[in-house]
Amino acid sequence: MVEIPYNVEARPDTGLYNAKLGIWLFLASEVMLFGALFSSYVLLRTGDPNFMTIPHEIAEHLGGHGESHVWSDQLNVPLAFLNTLVLIFSSVTMVMSWVSLKLEDFGKYKLWMGLTCLCALGFMVIKAIEYNAKFSHDLFPSSGNFLAIYFTMTGLHALHVIGGLIVNGYLWGPGAKMWKTEPERFTNRIEVAGLYWHFVDLVWIFLFPSLYLL
Amino acid sequence: MTGHSVEEIKQEARKYWVVFVALVALTVITVGVSYLDLSTGMAVFVALLVACVKGGLVAGVFMHLISERQAIFAILLLTVIFFVVLMFGPTFGRIGSVGTS
Repeated sequence: MVEIPYNVEARPDTGLYNAKLGIWLFLASEVMLFGALFSSYVLLRTGDPNFMTIPHEIAEHLGGHGESHVWSDQLNVPLAFLNTLVLIFSSVTMVMSWVSLKLEDFGKYKLWMGLTCLCALGFMVIKAIEYNAKFSHDLFPSSGNFLAIYFTMTGLHALHVIGGLIVNGYLWGPGAKMWKTEPERFTNRIEVAGLYWHFVDLVWIFLFPSLYLL
Repeated sequence: MTGHSVEEIKQEARKYWVVFVALVALTVITVGVSYLDLSTGMAVFVALLVACVKGGLVAGVFMHLISERQAIFAILLLTVIFFVVLMFGPTFGRIGSVGTS
């Protein structure tokens, strides 16, 4: 069987192992993906004076919920704030799982990675509660341009959280077997998964004020 | 972090917790400022400034960018150029059409 080169040791030309170079190239493409959406949001918000205004018929339907007539006031800031804290905490637990492997403490790794997965689950549960509240008030992406942008950006971000949860769950469970046979390669895998996870946190750091607070 | 001693790694771990506390504090500041009666321009400026500081902490410390190899900075430089074009290109493109419709 042919070995995939530079799984552990760095390539002489880049100074990096291949997976690390790969994840950074992937993250660069992700910046473009979210950048396009942020750009659309800025363009729509600055270009349309009624972008944030709730149409009269929807405001009437919302009743007491529609008093402010501004879309962003319909979003649940306390829940989003809680989700921000959950995601920030999960970034620390992720990096601590990598530290544990560096210190060759596999038990601690399982604990920190398990917590990271739980945080991801918690984020999704809170997001589901938030979405459910919107749907129960008949607020959908089709209700207005702001909600279309809101659901697209937070929905795409939530998909990234689910993706991270699947990968981290695998690395916590069946994928952790690699620690016994190739510990350095496994540690590199956790570092790469961590880079992705921190990026997901980074995107939320900008999404939260942009959509909920401004 | 390759080839670091146990003590250096433990010191690094302590740094992660300090950054965590800073991120929580900055999040509280972001929410707190949103309740102040600031002008739109100032509110956007403060919110994005705090977000940039938080993003810098995550990228610099958690993603180890402060001690990364040149190859990654080359990728990021290219990303930043395209990102700036993507963010400001459409806005500048619109300036010429303002008031024409």
